[in-house]
Amino acid sequence: MWRKLFTSVPAFRALKAPCRSFKSSSRGAEKDFFKDLDAQLRAFRDKAAAAMPGSDWSPIELTPGLPPERADVVIVGGGVVGWSIAYWLKMKARVRDGLRVLVVEKDPTYSQASTVLSCGGIRQQFSLKENIMLSLFSAHFMKNINNHLCVVNEDPVDLQFNHSGYLFLASEKSAHIMEENYRTQRYVGAKVALLSPSQLKERFPWMNMEGVALASLGLENEGWFDPWSLLNALRRKAVSMGVYQCFGEVTGFKCAANLAETTDGEVLNVQRIKYVNVRMPNSLEYQPVECAVVVNAAGANSGKIASMLGIGLGPKESVSGVPLPVEPRKRFVYVVHCPDGPGLDTPFLIDYSGVYCRREGLGGNYITGMSPEETEEPDISNLDVDHEFFQEKVWHRLAHRIPAFEQLKVSNAWAGFYDYNTFDQNGIIGLHPLVPNMYFATGFSGHGLQQSPAVGLAVAELILDGGYKTIDLSALDLKRILLQEPILESNIV
Amino acid sequence: MAASLLSQAMKRCSAHTCAAVAVRRALSSGAATPSVYTRFLLKLSHYFYDVENILDWNNWLRSQGVIHKNRFAGQSEWFRPDSRGRFSYDFMSTPDAKIEEVDLSGTLINHNGLENLVKQNKLQTLSLRGCPEVDDWFLARLHVFGESLVELDLSHCSRITVGGLAALQNLRKLERLDISGLPRLQNPGLVRILLEEMLPHCQVSGAEYEQGLIQPDSQEQTEGHHEASTHTGLRHL
Repeated sequence: MWRKLFTSVPAFRALKAPCRSFKSSSRGAEKDFFKDLDAQLRAFRDKAAAAMPGSDWSPIELTPGLPPERADVVIVGGGVVGWSIAYWLKMKARVRDGLRVLVVEKDPTYSQASTVLSCGGIRQQFSLKENIMLSLFSAHFMKNINNHLCVVNEDPVDLQFNHSGYLFLASEKSAHIMEENYRTQRYVGAKVALLSPSQLKERFPWMNMEGVALASLGLENEGWFDPWSLLNALRRKAVSMGVYQCFGEVTGFKCAANLAETTDGEVLNVQRIKYVNVRMPNSLEYQPVECAVVVNAAGANSGKIASMLGIGLGPKESVSGVPLPVEPRKRFVYVVHCPDGPGLDTPFLIDYSGVYCRREGLGGNYITGMSPEETEEPDISNLDVDHEFFQEKVWHRLAHRIPAFEQLKVSNAWAGFYDYNTFDQNGIIGLHPLVPNMYFATGFSGHGLQQSPAVGLAVAELILDGGYKTIDLSALDLKRILLQEPILESNIV
Repeated sequence: MAASLLSQAMKRCSAHTCAAVAVRRALSSGAATPSVYTRFLLKLSHYFYDVENILDWNNWLRSQGVIHKNRFAGQSEWFRPDSRGRFSYDFMSTPDAKIEEVDLSGTLINHNGLENLVKQNKLQTLSLRGCPEVDDWFLARLHVFGESLVELDLSHCSRITVGGLAALQNLRKLERLDISGLPRLQNPGLVRILLEEMLPHCQVSGAEYEQGLIQPDSQEQTEGHHEASTHTGLRHL
């Protein structure tokens, strides 16, 4: 449809004479005339500016917010992992327009995104050395964040980082695992200290030591911060470097299929993605984006994206029958207020029963929660909070460990999704053999935020350099899913 | 073609590079009204990617400059002869001597510069008065002095916030802490109470308990008086 340039403007000259009513005085009529004149002049100026060259009026109506028709790398998912990959891709490609990167995010309000709903903690106390290296790198990134992410003439980035450290408590049964982990952590370079129950009692008199055999406290580079600031800082810097952002949903792919024969004689369908179909919000209109590489950083929805390519939908014994083992798992976070609770020295406390608790602000508020049992996973169709879970499962364990929490009030609560890797709860990074141009960066099971800067660099190195340069993450490659070789992390919260 | 454009842009901007360095310094020192140069450069950086890159690069060079100063400016300037005990000017000939007091006031030290100090496990006093680059990450690195540090002076370090002060929980032997003049603390009085609770043997100075509280107006107080008297009057009726 051809748009008319002056549809909404009444003709300038034909000013209607104001209606003469019995009450209006001549002065009122003159005032109306001048007010109308002012508005008319303004509208005329706007339309004239639109008609001049240099304005963005065009006779063909285009849907606003469409992605570009072709891009080099399309990143599915605009969370912290997706934007970190976009930032590092642009950072490594030194030429300004050398690489066209598009980030596609389904929800412009980020209302269900795992990034912004997380507690925002970062720790190096893992058992797998790749995990320790990832979060150590991310801590160093955040230490110098203004060197990395500052934009000319914008405010410096403030992550509101609290350096209180994580405190893990171990019972008699798991004390030896904690010592093993402590050795690995110190070997890789994390600054952790082991504390005996008596030292714990002296440091944290508000804690009940019953059942605790050993504790490990992070001394440096551990704590919590504001995930929304990190996401916005990465996004602002990436957009200033020329990354395209599109709000839309990926509904399908158009691929070129080839047949390949394995050494066992099995014939596989190898698909190379040619186009990504991005559907606009609240509309049926979609734009096929021609691309060379697709990155799956969709978090909890990564399994859905993978199944659009047929991963997991083949016969059970073949490679195409193994689905991507990432599913959304709902986790609850409760904000409680306790005026007599522990003070400024409260670390991010993680008890061996699974319950966790950290300070929020200076007003006696705390954030707490617990991972439910495998068999009692809550329903993932919505993000409603189950307050019964707090009353029955969390509160008594919390009050057992910190007696001051026997008197508290739940002031707020929310729920968010973990992109839970059901196979071994560690991140999945790498290529799938059946889709040679889709890189996966998902399945972090609650640690995506704290590992995101390092994962972004690793994926950018995979795409641009063909291999890992900074941190070797071959242990987290996707092929361990297909070979059924899990690498287990024992410190999952 | 791109190369010649770039060289033209470089020539255009080379005249401004000196101004650019001055610009960044002026901007970061919080000048109230940016000068004509500053505004012109920023306007240019909106239109030309080259100018934006130059300004970015200048920023990066400045930060590298700070790191450089921390790494290499250390040995001759830091250790002043007001250290206690048997330290005198010939301490340079005794590199194994244990340093007990270090005065770093006014220097550009940041968390990288602490590399040079971490070996000093007998450090008792550390003064960081007025250091503009000392931030929360620096405080988190101070845990290495947990067994020995007795006095810490953090006054007028503009980048420190409550999150960094929470990291001081690892300094168990701390007896004197000075937190005066920290502009990013919204509630200095509350922070003082929390710090005293966290480090029971420590004397925190520099923040009064009333700081950060909303002070009632004296006029409101007199009005309150009047209201109270009229109410009592009515009650008696």
